[in-house]
Amino acid sequence: MAAAGGARGRTSFQRRAGAGARPAALPGTRPALRHGQLLLSSGLPSLDCVLGGGVAVGTLLLIEEDKYGLYSNLLFKYFLAEGIVCGHDLFVASAKEHPDNILKELPAPLLDDTCGKELGDEAAAVESEDFQDSMKIAWRYQNLPKMEASPTPYTKFGHYYDISKKMSPELTQSIKWHSFYLHEELSSQPKMKTCNMNGAYVRLLQSLQRIIAQGGFDGSDPQKKQKNVLRIGIQGLGSPLWGDDICCSDTPEDVHSLTKFLYVLRGLLRKSLSACIITVPAHLIQNKAIMERVTNLSDMVVGLESFIGSERETNPLYKDYHGLVHVHQIPRLNSLICDVSDTKDLAFRLKRKLFTIEGKQTAARLARAIRGKCGTQGVHAHVGRNPLQTSSRSPCIVPQRSKTHLKPNVLTEQWREKNNVSVLEYF
Amino acid sequence: MTAEQAPCPPGAVCALTFLCSVVVLPLLQGRLTLLRDSRTDGSFLVHHFLSFYLRAGCKVCFVALLQSFSHYSIVAQKLGVSLTAAKERGQLVFLEGLKSCLDLVFGEEEEQPGQPSPLLFLSGSPSDLRALFDFVRVSLSAPGSEACAGPVLLLDDLSVLLGLGASPVALLDFIHYCRALVCCQLKGNVVVLVHSREDSEDEENELVVNSLCHHSDLILWAEGLATGFCKDVHGQLKIIQRVSLQQAGEQDLVQIYQYKIQDRNVTFFARGLSAAVL
Repeated sequence: MAAAGGARGRTSFQRRAGAGARPAALPGTRPALRHGQLLLSSGLPSLDCVLGGGVAVGTLLLIEEDKYGLYSNLLFKYFLAEGIVCGHDLFVASAKEHPDNILKELPAPLLDDTCGKELGDEAAAVESEDFQDSMKIAWRYQNLPKMEASPTPYTKFGHYYDISKKMSPELTQSIKWHSFYLHEELSSQPKMKTCNMNGAYVRLLQSLQRIIAQGGFDGSDPQKKQKNVLRIGIQGLGSPLWGDDICCSDTPEDVHSLTKFLYVLRGLLRKSLSACIITVPAHLIQNKAIMERVTNLSDMVVGLESFIGSERETNPLYKDYHGLVHVHQIPRLNSLICDVSDTKDLAFRLKRKLFTIEGKQTAARLARAIRGKCGTQGVHAHVGRNPLQTSSRSPCIVPQRSKTHLKPNVLTEQWREKNNVSVLEYF
Repeated sequence: MTAEQAPCPPGAVCALTFLCSVVVLPLLQGRLTLLRDSRTDGSFLVHHFLSFYLRAGCKVCFVALLQSFSHYSIVAQKLGVSLTAAKERGQLVFLEGLKSCLDLVFGEEEEQPGQPSPLLFLSGSPSDLRALFDFVRVSLSAPGSEACAGPVLLLDDLSVLLGLGASPVALLDFIHYCRALVCCQLKGNVVVLVHSREDSEDEENELVVNSLCHHSDLILWAEGLATGFCKDVHGQLKIIQRVSLQQAGEQDLVQIYQYKIQDRNVTFFARGLSAAVL
């Protein structure tokens, strides 16, 4: 029976799983704590936290683009940059810009010593003010976990990138990468069955399957001693540039192309040492049924919602952030449960150099908003500096607790004198 | 290989006991069980049914469309069943949808005659699911498959087929044929997983789910909590026993439990009586 496998004698790669004591031999990967699944970093350590440790090998990370595609493009570049820094192979597919240009625009990694200097300073400043006072009012938020540990500069998993600098060409050329630019590939004839799929998707699948087979990522080449991971990035899938009309009308002609593509892609990913990031302009797809099916066919789905042009841009609650992060789906791979972070309200912000995702500090924010409204005669004893607002460079780590100072200290006295504030003690 | 089950907190029931008492005893042979989930992931039910039926010694045909064999194998090992061993002794016939799809799409032109791919509808020419049904028929009616409690067909999950180009009518026809074969002819059981949402805009999916709800004898509906995410209660399971199908004029029996999924076990408890609250 073809179903029982091995009918054509093709070896299928079996992912190594289970709590084996062997360390991960692949660069840039680490085994998950729970079930030994190999994880890759997505390029953004705070996103790795949200996804339960990282992107599992063999899975698909789908990013629903924000309205102007700015921030999803950043996540896409972080994923590819992480692949270069870890020494993985890359496959970049786009219909919008040539993959050569995409690779020229990748952010430069923050080197160990400068990373330590920049981030360590803020970390130290923040921790010195992290008083262990228990919260009296917003006590439910007392035990909110920190999103991530302070960045140790010498970590091998997960790196930080500086958006203001470009990655050096030497680093980019140090790995093997493959590109698929749709407009160059349209002349080739696909040799596989089209299955009524969009021609562009068929060519992309064929190209991908060829690279996986030739590169030995599916374990079909036993001669290859040094195994490596293939990172696949597909930009703007489903947009009209790929020849798909699901973004153009409510009743598109071919509703199934994208979902068929994702299904075949899933099959390719599961049987090879690869991980894929796809950005989809979900806000343009008018037929929401398609997005539901696409979500079911992907492993991890993260939606970005930026505040540009929306009323939230001027909302004081969202003052420090540039947008929201919606995690629509996390997979349960090889296990009944999955490792998710407990914080579900997530927002992102892009400061001068760094992009971070963190839990929204709603309680602290509301308190400050109320204090702002009531002026200096606020009835609450919420006096204290907020480390987020005073430092000009953004810290990576953001402590989740609001600072409710009930005993006077040097800093608050100085602040009070400076601002001429008299405080009514609440208790 | 026995599964180590975490000790259950007071008031909670372990998954296996639960399945035995609530689900199986009233579930005689020849029944269609529908597993449904909204706002959460109901695949833990599939894993439990699979390990349950394999342990009971039934012949199982598992059509796994969304995940690989190793995924189910690793979870089944935690639940105390070895899928590889079951496959070798012929108790389990496993269709890995992803692999069949790759074989179909990237395979060479000449196919072995008489063995068309079960997912032939993907290539578009026959738009119904006849090939898939033939696969099920051949695997479950193979000689020597008389087991103690009749064969079982397990489908995970049906909503994927809609995205792959099958029409809702073709899907319902397929389920009808499977029921006729497995439930009536072979006196076995059919277990199907579907996804649904209250505010879903996927009308084809809702059509299939509603139709299956009307035809099922037992519905296990896993829902996320209406109040949102909770660390200690992962969701709520509604069990609907369609008594009205057997006896006209009777009401369906509805029971609601909440559950928490652990590494090797799922604990069920009455609403509001989670261990975190007590």
